Amino acid sequence: MPDLPRNQHIIASGIVAGVGISVCYLSYTQQPSEAFTFPRLISTVFAVLAIWTFGKALLGKTKVGNGLSMEAMSRITPGLLVMLVYIFWAAKALGFYTSSTIAFFILLSLYDPAQHSEIKSWIRRALITAGFLAIMYGLFAMLLNVYTPREFFN
Amino acid sequence: MEFLLYFSDVFTPVNFGLLLIGTIGGLILGATPGLSPTMAVALLIPFTFKLEAAQGLILLGAAYTSTVAGGAVSAILLKIPGAPANIATTLDGHTMAQKGEGAKALQLSFVSSAIGGVFGVMLLIFLTPVLAKWALAFGPSHLFWLAILGVTIIGSLDSSSVIKGLLSGCIGLWLATIGFDDIMGAQRFIFHPAVSGGINVIPALIGLFAIPQVITMFAKGPNDTTAEVIAVKKQPVMDSIREVIKRRRALGIGTAIGSVIGLIPGVGGQIAGLVAYDQSKKFSPEREKFGTGHSEGVIAAEAANNAMVGPSLVPLLTLSIPGSPTAAVLLGGLLIHGIFPGSDLFDNHPDVAWTFINSMLIGQILMCIFGLYVAGLAASVARVPHSVMAAIVLGLALFGSYSVQNSMGDVYVMASLGIGMYFLERFGFSAAPLVLGLILGPIAEANFVQGSMIANATSGLGPYFLTGTLNLTLIAVVLASIAYSVWMELRQIRYTTKDDAVHKEEAL
Repeated sequence: MPDLPRNQHIIASGIVAGVGISVCYLSYTQQPSEAFTFPRLISTVFAVLAIWTFGKALLGKTKVGNGLSMEAMSRITPGLLVMLVYIFWAAKALGFYTSSTIAFFILLSLYDPAQHSEIKSWIRRALITAGFLAIMYGLFAMLLNVYTPREFFN
Repeated sequence: MEFLLYFSDVFTPVNFGLLLIGTIGGLILGATPGLSPTMAVALLIPFTFKLEAAQGLILLGAAYTSTVAGGAVSAILLKIPGAPANIATTLDGHTMAQKGEGAKALQLSFVSSAIGGVFGVMLLIFLTPVLAKWALAFGPSHLFWLAILGVTIIGSLDSSSVIKGLLSGCIGLWLATIGFDDIMGAQRFIFHPAVSGGINVIPALIGLFAIPQVITMFAKGPNDTTAEVIAVKKQPVMDSIREVIKRRRALGIGTAIGSVIGLIPGVGGQIAGLVAYDQSKKFSPEREKFGTGHSEGVIAAEAANNAMVGPSLVPLLTLSIPGSPTAAVLLGGLLIHGIFPGSDLFDNHPDVAWTFINSMLIGQILMCIFGLYVAGLAASVARVPHSVMAAIVLGLALFGSYSVQNSMGDVYVMASLGIGMYFLERFGFSAAPLVLGLILGPIAEANFVQGSMIANATSGLGPYFLTGTLNLTLIAVVLASIAYSVWMELRQIRYTTKDDAVHKEEAL
């Protein structure tokens, strides 16, 4: 059997079990009770399965899920941070198109295998970003008429 | 033969144009490793809002069909399956390409995909109206069990761990209850203003399928993963058509297995392709040639993975039970136009239903024609670096989920679910049952509540939900699917343990 990261499984299944128990508790305590009949049914099964999974993780009997290696985490973290800032702050604060331009360019720069010392690679990234933005503007602003937040320009 | 009445609707300029866009776009998206058919269809949904229902479905259906076939391009030329459904194609397709028969492999793959696909859609055409009429006999208790069946069957069969699959389904069912209760108007689990109106299915689908893929691309890091594309020499198409006819046993096995597997909810194209490959090998007098670039391997695998596309929509269009994650996304596409599958679809919106189904039939042929010409371009797209692909998908996910209701709340829900799903997937949870739970949750709850009212006025809750032939059959199928999956999981564990023992012995 492959070596699975036991502690990571305990934490992950512990969080799921915590959510399951909370949902179950809320389902049985919230009013009006008629509105919670179906959630009670679901949450009971949810909590039982979640506790079972947590128990298996505690006993080290988890069979699937390779978890996250430190190497993978270190690769994900910069992109994830850019994604979080982009979606949860910049998109609304700066406007969709401005923030998308910045986020797109940063992500390209972070994960592009091309040398960062070459001017050519920077020009290529800028051109790809401009092309992407032109397509997004054409599709969403002109074709679908979606009015996106543009606070930065107001 | 009602479908013939609506055949001309496919050829109106707008409909045919959308069919072409969906087919060509799908072929290119399908060839791109990391862009699964489900994710491609989910990202396309926002573009269907402004379209009529039939037009939107034509676009989504064409994309679904051709992404499955397009995945063969990267499987053959790059040895990277564009989608899990193309894994079996890689076995002989790439070896053929290495031997200088890349064009032949591609042609065989598209021709057999088209033949398998047409057969699958014909099954959809003839089975769907019959089953839709049969579904009229279903009462609330049956529909409740059917919804539960949809979640449990995918939760148990489509996941590597039965418990985690079922748990994912439960999480989906719970997420579906967030918001205001339909009958009492009570607030349920509203822990953030973004979810006060409940969780909108479309942003959730985009998040659950697209964001984990974006993060997976981040995890690959800035490595130059550009694979070498094998050059394709020109080859007469007629030779490949003759070869497919000559290898009709493999074509027949692939088509039959794909069609049957497509009808079973939760069993995807990956299994169809692999089972067809395996069976074709067993029945072939040239079985020793399999794996060395044998045309029968490509024909069987590709006929199977496209033959399952049509039948996989039968449970969706008749019983509102999506048989696969992609079918669940298509259900989302139907619901945003206020159309509910089942007999209502065929009685009140026959133009939508038949134009959509007919377009899938024509789409198979277009996919074959364009596939042969777009293959070179699709292979180049498959070499697009992960960094560019991740940024494009992230941008599309943001704009697409916002455009559903012009709401930032939907964007936050999309991102939160997507990031959460990535981490859950790392620990053995799976997106497909969660999505099914989210989509089928309201159906299950509405029928549970309706059934409870009937039960309270008549025989009581237990007898109403737990007796009767149909209820008992459905419950038996729910239990059987779980039991079968548990048995398979235990068998696998036993097998692995035995294998381990052998390795240990060898090490000693």
